[in-house]
Amino acid sequence: MSDINVILMIAVIAAVTALLRFLPFLIFKNGRTGPLFIEYLGKTLPYAIMGMLVVFCLKNVTLISAPHGLPELIASAVVIGLHVWRRNTLLSILGGTATYMLLVQLVF
Amino acid sequence: MRLPNKATLKTAFLDTVPVMTGYLVLGMGFGVILQTRGYGIMFAAAMSILIYAGSMQYVAIDLITGGAGLLTAALTTLTVNARHLFYGISMIGKYRHVDKKGFLIFTLTDETYSLVCSDAAAEKQEESGGRYYFLVSLFDYAYWVTGSVIGSLLGAHLPFSTEGIDFALTALFLTVFTEQWLSTKRHAPALIGLALSVISLVIFGADSFLLFAMLFITAALALMHVRERRASHE
Repeated sequence: MSDINVILMIAVIAAVTALLRFLPFLIFKNGRTGPLFIEYLGKTLPYAIMGMLVVFCLKNVTLISAPHGLPELIASAVVIGLHVWRRNTLLSILGGTATYMLLVQLVF
Repeated sequence: MRLPNKATLKTAFLDTVPVMTGYLVLGMGFGVILQTRGYGIMFAAAMSILIYAGSMQYVAIDLITGGAGLLTAALTTLTVNARHLFYGISMIGKYRHVDKKGFLIFTLTDETYSLVCSDAAAEKQEESGGRYYFLVSLFDYAYWVTGSVIGSLLGAHLPFSTEGIDFALTALFLTVFTEQWLSTKRHAPALIGLALSVISLVIFGADSFLLFAMLFITAALALMHVRERRASHE
């Protein structure tokens, strides 16, 4: 692909991404939240989206073949366990990530 | 009470450390791959500055090297990034009266969203005299651009094994999920998000489940909304 084509493609991808980010704010402009349902979504979506993002991150984990998603399962349990125990975000993330790295580099 | 500037900087920085870990590594990965496909530092920097969407930039490498058309590129971006509509919708209220609103919206990635969406973050925004959201967004943006530039410079010569470090982002979302779970008694939205995403993944597969998950989640929340309004009218 020529450089001009690559630059055009980067511009298109950037424009569509920015459009998706700005669209909700453009539709519900001037400080008005708009319909009640949108306000309701504003309150409930943060909770629903985090579940979706966790699944999104783990979407390529295969359960059928080895290691059967075990590193992800163990490391996720460490994250949740640490967080319920200490409720320290940094500790939970570093603990879980270190566990995962050890597992995929040394164990599985 | 207004936190002094230094305290705000410290709070925002410490809160973004997990994102720093993930973004530096994933950004470097992006820079490395792009470099090995023959596109150097200018392309890596331009893409990270202008697009600033991690998973989409990885997909973009395939689009570029595969010689895809512009329409394909636009439609792929719509599909991969449609979830950003969600972030916007749920931040309309919180971003209503912020400074540098355009920048905050432009830099609203998955990870930044996970840091600014909570009520605790809204309190920090207030305590900091309206600077917290901006600093978090700016730090995250800087990590990503820096990571991809470093990766582009290093090429394939990483000095140590970072295999598995990208789990930091999964851990980040999982931590936010757990924190939200512990801080509310209302678990229906979280369960809806989790369950409908898993179901969509099983039915539609890893490549296309996200759009369906979003549709199902919106529909389920709409049903809940209707039911709750009815209940409150009775």
